[in-house]
Amino acid sequence: MTFYLSALILGLCLSAMGLGIFITMKIFRIPDITTDGSYTLGAAVTAILLTARWPLPAVIVVTMIAGALAGVLTGLVHTRLKIDALLAGILVMTGLYSVNLSILGRSNIPLIDVPTIFKALAIFDRPIFNELWVGLLFLSVLVALLAYMLRTDFGLAMRATGNSESMTRALGVNNDRMKIIGLAIANALTALSGFLVAQYQNFTDINMGIGIVLVGLGSVLIGDALIQWLGIRRVWLQLVFILIGCILFQSVLAVALSLGVNPNLLKLITSVFVLAIVGIPRLARSQQA
Amino acid sequence: MIELSHITKVFNRGQINEVTALHDLSLQIAEGEFIALIGANGSGKTTLLNIISGAIRPSTGNIIIHEADITSLPEHKRSRWVARVFQNPLAGTAPDLSILDNFRLAALRTRPKRLVIGINERFKTEVRDKIAGLGLGLENKIQQPIGSLSGGQRQALTLLMSVMDHTDILLLDEPTAALDPKSAEVVMQTAERIIREYNLTTVLITHNLRDAHRFGNRLIQMAGGQVARDLDTGAKGTLKLEEMYGWFG
Repeated sequence: MTFYLSALILGLCLSAMGLGIFITMKIFRIPDITTDGSYTLGAAVTAILLTARWPLPAVIVVTMIAGALAGVLTGLVHTRLKIDALLAGILVMTGLYSVNLSILGRSNIPLIDVPTIFKALAIFDRPIFNELWVGLLFLSVLVALLAYMLRTDFGLAMRATGNSESMTRALGVNNDRMKIIGLAIANALTALSGFLVAQYQNFTDINMGIGIVLVGLGSVLIGDALIQWLGIRRVWLQLVFILIGCILFQSVLAVALSLGVNPNLLKLITSVFVLAIVGIPRLARSQQA
Repeated sequence: MIELSHITKVFNRGQINEVTALHDLSLQIAEGEFIALIGANGSGKTTLLNIISGAIRPSTGNIIIHEADITSLPEHKRSRWVARVFQNPLAGTAPDLSILDNFRLAALRTRPKRLVIGINERFKTEVRDKIAGLGLGLENKIQQPIGSLSGGQRQALTLLMSVMDHTDILLLDEPTAALDPKSAEVVMQTAERIIREYNLTTVLITHNLRDAHRFGNRLIQMAGGQVARDLDTGAKGTLKLEEMYGWFG
């Protein structure tokens, strides 16, 4: 039970990243892989600031600013230098590895005796229930804020930019600026996942972000498949289903591990699972045609 | 009101595929004028429209609107004066967003898009009333994705969207090219009504000589990146359609 509960909590912690990838991939249709770097960046900033005994609200703000800056950098490279978004993301992600290593000062930092968010907001005796409750609380606030933003006039312009650039340009939207803002929000959210996971697993490691974009991508694809299947049009419900996608993804990995799969094969299983999510519907469609 | 002064546009300058789309073109368009712009493919019509809208910048020359030189102003900033209906109905709307969402953005064309929820009951009623005027029965489908409508319905809505906010200039880039004859008629009638009602300065590109003959109070034919013929209201009024066919040999 605890094993599956842990998968649920990890799914919640990674949901912030899922929401970020939803913004870049589904709203802006930009393949942004800055994620691998901004996730570790969030965890690195969190580790340094928590060990320096910064108050949690300040840690959250600085973590989000750091992630947003990474997104802005990718956005500037993509829009100002007209470099493909994928390459822009790779460039920034690669550069961030060194930045993260410089921030950490070594390859990992333990967070055993620091006041984590899970301890600060604890209301239960058992730590795992506190982790679940804090994860739920954190993500509920994020979903509510994002859902509000996407319903505003600004959010409409944001959603329209990824849908029809010619239309938004003709309606007075600076598409380049909008993409930069979108990438900033997405990577700020990804950094928040780093913030949560670092405290949940009680350490930050320089390699914790490697391949994490694939986890986020797979989670969003699961969530999006459910959204399409159920024909969900309400924005807040779409965000909730992205959360469900993240949790389902982690649950599948947990089931694989509980079946005795070698943990060394976890990245391979992740790749195969994402491939299956992307590939099976396409195969089914081509057979129907 | 719109003054194009010695506009030249060269694409791919210095390369093997260099093309001069507009050659030292000068044109003045008065307020409230409705120009039907015709010409063979490659004559420079769409380039001219793109230069007015700001989608492309001229190689040389100036564009002046309301006595302000806007040559270097990007497209999204020119939207404070210019509304545009694209040839492709897909280009002028955000297909995944609802009709209502599309109209909300159109209502903010000249204004900042703020972090406030602007769609309220009053706005919904306003949109429903405007759409009901089209007679297409779309007023009860405002929550539907605009991408689920036919090309003709979308073009008619795009025309309405162009006057949701203050507009001086309306650019119609072959708005009926992708439509069946019945939808095309609805779109052109809607366009004519809107242009008259809002006294818009309009440039209509069309390959349909019948439309060019029927609509507008000025007719311009382009050839080789220059104005080949420019007929004012009087000359256009006495022009026979058959004569126009003769211009294209």
